[in-house]
Amino acid sequence: MPVNVRIPTPLRKLTKDKDIVQASGATIQDIIDSLEKEYPGLKERICDERGELRRFVNVYLNDEDIRFAQGKGTPVKDGDEISVIPAIAGG
Amino acid sequence: MKVKHGFFTSLKCRECGRHYPKEALHVCEFCFGPLEVDYDYDLIKTVLTRDKIQSRPTNMWRYRELLPIEGEPTIGFQVGFTPLVKADRLAKRLGLREVWVKNDTVNYPTLSFKDRVVSVALSRARELGFEIVACASTGNLANSVAANAASGGLKSYVFIPADLETGKVLGSLVYGTNVIGIRGTYDAVNRLCSEIAGKYGWAFVNVNIRPYYAEGSKSLGYEIVEQLGWRLPDHVVVPMAGGSLITKIHKSFKEFVKLGLVDERECRIHGAQAEGCAPIVNAMKIGADIIKPVSKPQTIVKSLAIGNPADGFYSIQTMRQTGGWAENPDDTEVVAGIRLLAETEGIFAETAGGVTVAATKRLVEDGRIKSNESLVLCITGHGLKTQEAVANKCGEARVIGPHLREFLALLDRKD
Ligand SMILES: Cc1ncc(COP(=O)(O)O)c(C=O)c1O
Ligand SMILES: [Zn+2]
Repeated sequence: MPVNVRIPTPLRKLTKDKDIVQASGATIQDIIDSLEKEYPGLKERICDERGELRRFVNVYLNDEDIRFAQGKGTPVKDGDEISVIPAIAGG
Repeated sequence: MKVKHGFFTSLKCRECGRHYPKEALHVCEFCFGPLEVDYDYDLIKTVLTRDKIQSRPTNMWRYRELLPIEGEPTIGFQVGFTPLVKADRLAKRLGLREVWVKNDTVNYPTLSFKDRVVSVALSRARELGFEIVACASTGNLANSVAANAASGGLKSYVFIPADLETGKVLGSLVYGTNVIGIRGTYDAVNRLCSEIAGKYGWAFVNVNIRPYYAEGSKSLGYEIVEQLGWRLPDHVVVPMAGGSLITKIHKSFKEFVKLGLVDERECRIHGAQAEGCAPIVNAMKIGADIIKPVSKPQTIVKSLAIGNPADGFYSIQTMRQTGGWAENPDDTEVVAGIRLLAETEGIFAETAGGVTVAATKRLVEDGRIKSNESLVLCITGHGLKTQEAVANKCGEARVIGPHLREFLALLDRKD
């Protein structure tokens, strides 16, 4: 199922400068795998060697941090919006 | 012509060590790790001595070789070097011998330690050619960006949760900045700002300018060491929101040791958050490395209400490496902490200060700070900004007519 994924500035070199890209899949994990096919190299930026989300990457599904849902197993539906956002200092 | 110094050399990823140019960058493209400023300590060691520091004006720029700008600073000539107060009456109440309060409630110009980070951020933003500065803030940072941008002739936008204390909102509006209130938590504000920062060429002090901004907090640690007579205390207690300040205080101590400016000794750094939003303390207490974000912070301590702390992991490392601990007092303890500090030392701190005092009380009660050990409390913001927190909790003025007999009657009633 197609969803929009918002790409943060540090990853845009991999997406040919696009800030929003399309991907499809039933879960966040599927979406990451589908992005990797389209934009090789993207997965290793977001996930570590064990395939876990890197410590300083936050992934949001429609405004909700996926760590509050089921992590990478969080189900995704048509028209959802996913954002990948680096951690930011406080204030 | 500006003199360029070679003291700070590049940006470096804290996770994978890759180097980056000294630009408005904050995240490692490869692993998303935070970028940190790297210095040429060998060079700094040849020029920076205690005498040299002491010969300079009493503001944070007396440590300029260790702050990441290339030319002369342009913002913050009055910032820092706040009083380190020997707090004997507080010490007595806590059952300790040697207690000091690092009093950043009187930091210039906006009465919180954030003026330190903003001095560096705006000086660097200028060097990099920015004309518009911005931030995501729980209040204090917004006040500081607004004020320092105003006096520096820069345009500013500050983004805050819409439900902040009146004093914190007004404390930004008055400077004629653009205040944007977001319906949502600080973490929601942060997220939006990270997207805005990607779209516009603004200097977001805690987003794309973050590596420079964060270094400003080190000045608080340098001052503690210098004002203690060039020594490290046994304990320091630090309030944590995103967890940047505590890690930078640790870094400042390590740098001074490395540069031979202070003797190495055990100095335990403890962190404090409010119970209603304590993701770092919770992780520390259960011995976890992974921080579980708090989705809906619930506390009067809005300045520290960051549910998803970017530097939480490094804060835990700081506390573990130094033998420190973490505490999360509740809102009632926070108010009691504010009053204790005010009644013993005459210092009116904001809620974050109440957290620090209340956490210290717990650390003493649990035997983690012993009576014969020295302690520095980092009191980082002024109480007039968070009046709601203590309103109606300190009694009320007793009102009488302008007549002596009414006053005498009042005294009789009371005693
Ligand atoms: C008064 C006060 N103290 C401490 C902090 C904690 O700062 P950090 O985000 O660096 O942990 C903040 C952050 O906003 C603050 O406003
Ligand atoms: Zn890296």
